[in-house]
Amino acid sequence: MLDRIRVTARLWLAPQRLREEGATPDYRFSLANERTFLAWIRTALALIAGGIAVDQFLTDLRWEVRTGVAIVLLAGAALCAFRAVNHWVRCERAMRRGEDLPASRFPVLLASGTAFAALLIIAVVVLGLAGR
Amino acid sequence: MTGEPPRDPGAQPERTWLAWRRTTLTCAVSVALTARVAVERPSGLAAGAACLGALAWIGLLVTAHRRIRRLSRPRPETMGAAETVGTLACVLVLIGVGGMMVL
Repeated sequence: MLDRIRVTARLWLAPQRLREEGATPDYRFSLANERTFLAWIRTALALIAGGIAVDQFLTDLRWEVRTGVAIVLLAGAALCAFRAVNHWVRCERAMRRGEDLPASRFPVLLASGTAFAALLIIAVVVLGLAGR
Repeated sequence: MTGEPPRDPGAQPERTWLAWRRTTLTCAVSVALTARVAVERPSGLAAGAACLGALAWIGLLVTAHRRIRRLSRPRPETMGAAETVGTLACVLVLIGVGGMMVL
């Protein structure tokens, strides 16, 4: 486990080491992987913008609630950003080795989080709890 | 290989450089929000955080620019540490800036 983490962390910092493994895939696949990476980075950036916007625009909320929501969004952004690099490295390695692409639970996690947040907001709006 | 490389029907390099552009634009939104805080609630901390955010944005712009230049070659290479670590560093700095704004 610890060994695996060390190997992955080294690949994060020096992705050129990937070239030592397997064969170079068709560059179009690598570019598709790169665009997926960028899409996750944009998700992280959107979460950051959301966190800062919550803090600025939801001034009717109590300080603790507002800060709590903002920090959850910023933490989610950090998670998304790390996962973007990690998933990119793993996909690239799998393509070089000719293995299946790695399966991941992260999209489910993010989708569940988003759905939960949406339900929470619906409840708050319906029950009229906002702004008190 | 001789002559012109075959045209890529999927326009993959173009799509990839547009993805880099979209990413820098998304980053600009966050940085604009931090700048707004610095203007609305002026303080040393907010101004410093906004400057740091602007630096992170410039960092991402430079990373994207260099990557886009390399993408214009006939057979672009895979991303290197400059792209992955550079992008990650810019995002993490921006998260730090967000933390400074919120707390």
